[in-house]
Amino acid sequence: MRAMPADLPIRFENVTVSAGAVTVLDRLSLAICPGPPTVLIGPNGSGKTTLQRVAMGLVPASAGRVTWDGVADVPPTRRAIVFQRPVMLRRSVAANIRYALKAAHIAKDRHDARLAELLSLVGLDSMASRPARRLSGGEQQRLALARALARDPSVLFLDEPTASLDPASTKAIEDIVRAVATRGVKVVMATHDLGEARRLAGDIVFLHRGRIVEASDALAFFASPQTAEARMFLAGELLL
Amino acid sequence: MLDWTLQEFPVSLPVMQPDASALQLVLTGDPTLLAIVRLSLFVSLSAVALAALIGIPFGAFIALTRFRGREGVIVLLNTLMGLPPVVAGLAVFLLLSRSGPLGSLGLLFTPSAMVVVQTILVTPIIAALARQTIEDLWAEYRDELTAMNVSPLTRVLTLIWEGRFSLVVALLAGFGRAAAEVGAIIIVGGNIDGFTRTMTTAIALETSKGDLPLAIGLGMVLIAIVVLINAFAWLLRRAGERLAR
Amino acid sequence: MLSRRLLLVLGALLFTSPATAQDKSIVVASTTSTQDSGLFGHLLPIFKLKTGIDVKVVALGTGQALDTARRGDADVVFVHAKSAEEKFLSEGFGVKRYPVMYNDFVLIGPSGDPAGVKGSRDIVAALKAIKDKSAPFISRGDKSGTHTAELALWTAAGIDIEKDKAAWYKSIGQGMGAALNTASASNAYVLTDRGTWLAFKNRGELVIAVEGDRRLFNQYGVMLVNPAKHPAVKKELGQQFIDWLVSTDGQTSIAGYKINGQQLFYANASDPGA
Repeated sequence: MRAMPADLPIRFENVTVSAGAVTVLDRLSLAICPGPPTVLIGPNGSGKTTLQRVAMGLVPASAGRVTWDGVADVPPTRRAIVFQRPVMLRRSVAANIRYALKAAHIAKDRHDARLAELLSLVGLDSMASRPARRLSGGEQQRLALARALARDPSVLFLDEPTASLDPASTKAIEDIVRAVATRGVKVVMATHDLGEARRLAGDIVFLHRGRIVEASDALAFFASPQTAEARMFLAGELLL
Repeated sequence: MLDWTLQEFPVSLPVMQPDASALQLVLTGDPTLLAIVRLSLFVSLSAVALAALIGIPFGAFIALTRFRGREGVIVLLNTLMGLPPVVAGLAVFLLLSRSGPLGSLGLLFTPSAMVVVQTILVTPIIAALARQTIEDLWAEYRDELTAMNVSPLTRVLTLIWEGRFSLVVALLAGFGRAAAEVGAIIIVGGNIDGFTRTMTTAIALETSKGDLPLAIGLGMVLIAIVVLINAFAWLLRRAGERLAR
Repeated sequence: MLSRRLLLVLGALLFTSPATAQDKSIVVASTTSTQDSGLFGHLLPIFKLKTGIDVKVVALGTGQALDTARRGDADVVFVHAKSAEEKFLSEGFGVKRYPVMYNDFVLIGPSGDPAGVKGSRDIVAALKAIKDKSAPFISRGDKSGTHTAELALWTAAGIDIEKDKAAWYKSIGQGMGAALNTASASNAYVLTDRGTWLAFKNRGELVIAVEGDRRLFNQYGVMLVNPAKHPAVKKELGQQFIDWLVSTDGQTSIAGYKINGQQLFYANASDPGA
């Protein structure tokens, strides 16, 4: 188990994010602490993606404060994110990972070793020299994961990584996430798939219309949801 | 009315056969023709190289930074793509003439002056196309590159490399403009025999001397060379794709 | 990046090529008619062999050639428009005018000869006939020596061509070659210097209609651009060129230039009135 990771806890204090007239996050307060994976669930447009982007440091808060281990404006050197639709560089799989290693300022002499580790972790060893754009959806997600892990992050954000994948690819991704979480990386994942939430979550954060409706330990949440919206959502009803 | 039209236009057009002598010149490697071809390539390729060195970074800068008057600069750049060559030629002529501000450089009527004016003509093309390419790429890569916390310089270099195929096409467009150009380089070069005579200016000269078959023959040689350059660029691209560095 | 680098390398390779001896060379501003006649192709190698000097000829219209010399962009100016040359001298841009040679103009026309002037030796009468019959005529219209001579001939025929011209008279504003091409394509009359005509290959149905009239003679003069006005002028090398042109060697070379066995230029440097 690694030592207390930097950048954590990530604290949201009454954070509001507006895009024009639309309020995407509404006076949201949250603490992301070290520990098992935190899974964000909620209907489309509830703010899951925006929350992750703000926590990553890509989007500034319109109001409120975000701090990383008590400090505001920390550059994202120890954080990484896998976007819902990751963009591959027009080069080989290995070159993509090397690019991420270089961007993370990993020492040159360690590149080859890290590359081999990462390829092995995500199961893309046999495709190292294939052009990244020719990979399947699942393979591209795994490559994006490898890129994100290249910088040895303390927090890893995943935005619906298995949304368009088949079950086999989904399992592959979930296995990697589990392995990574076990190594001490704090995983924050947004998902549509309640089954996946059950499989991976330590904590659940349930969002609706830019607010946290309920946040608790996963087992407790699924066993007995406290709020009406949560009950409706778990029952499969549309929340408006 | 009919009489007038018959008088105005030739009744029969002589059929022009490209001169066999032009082909002979090519096959036997006639030194004068080789010198003309070398000069044409030197002027056009140098202009494209310089225009790329100036235009690509400039286009990238416009694509990636926001400043007041940015839209105006983009419109100006797009407009300059259509800068009339003779206008550019006249402007450079006045600049480089001994009676002009840069006269002491003694560049008028030399190949260097031709490179200068063609660089002026080609740079807007490359800059405008580079700007569009890089702007589109930035929209695509913005999230990932920002998330990877990449420095601004690395960002620019990455986008340029990712857009290399489109940028090569921009360079070919620039080369096409330069190789086909005749008005500007005749004004600043003087079409001096053995010194500033290129394929296009030679064609203009032979046409004015009435030696149309030779002019057509030279024209075909010029087209063949441009085709070769484009084919070469295409092969480069295929090789690059296969390597997928 | 790879292809761009290769382009740069190509450029660098070719960078080494056009190395002409920049030190021993002069720029001579002359006319397109002289260039098109092929005279320079004949004379300059002889001069280069004798003195090692590279003569770079910039061929323009007479007006432009004199203008280039006025701007100091040429070392020597060699044209055929005596009044314009003397004006150039009086403005102080030239050192001295040396007569060199003369050639003649000829009136070219379609073999069908709509104006009925073929074979005549009277240019003035021929021009009158062309105007009376509204036969198509191409004018260079570019203030060149040839154009100036053409205008003078209209005046000699008692015709104010600016007022009296109509659709039959086409002023194209271009050089001799372009004028001949246009005349060939539209079967028209055109005034040209004999040299350009002899070297011209796109004749169509055109033939010589009128020649031999004294008024058709065309005198050439050469001048060194005044170093007092433009210090960068290469005065020693330029003067060497001029001296050679008027020397026995130069004059013989000029007279020796022939197209299809016919002499084009008559050397007359020794003629005081030229």
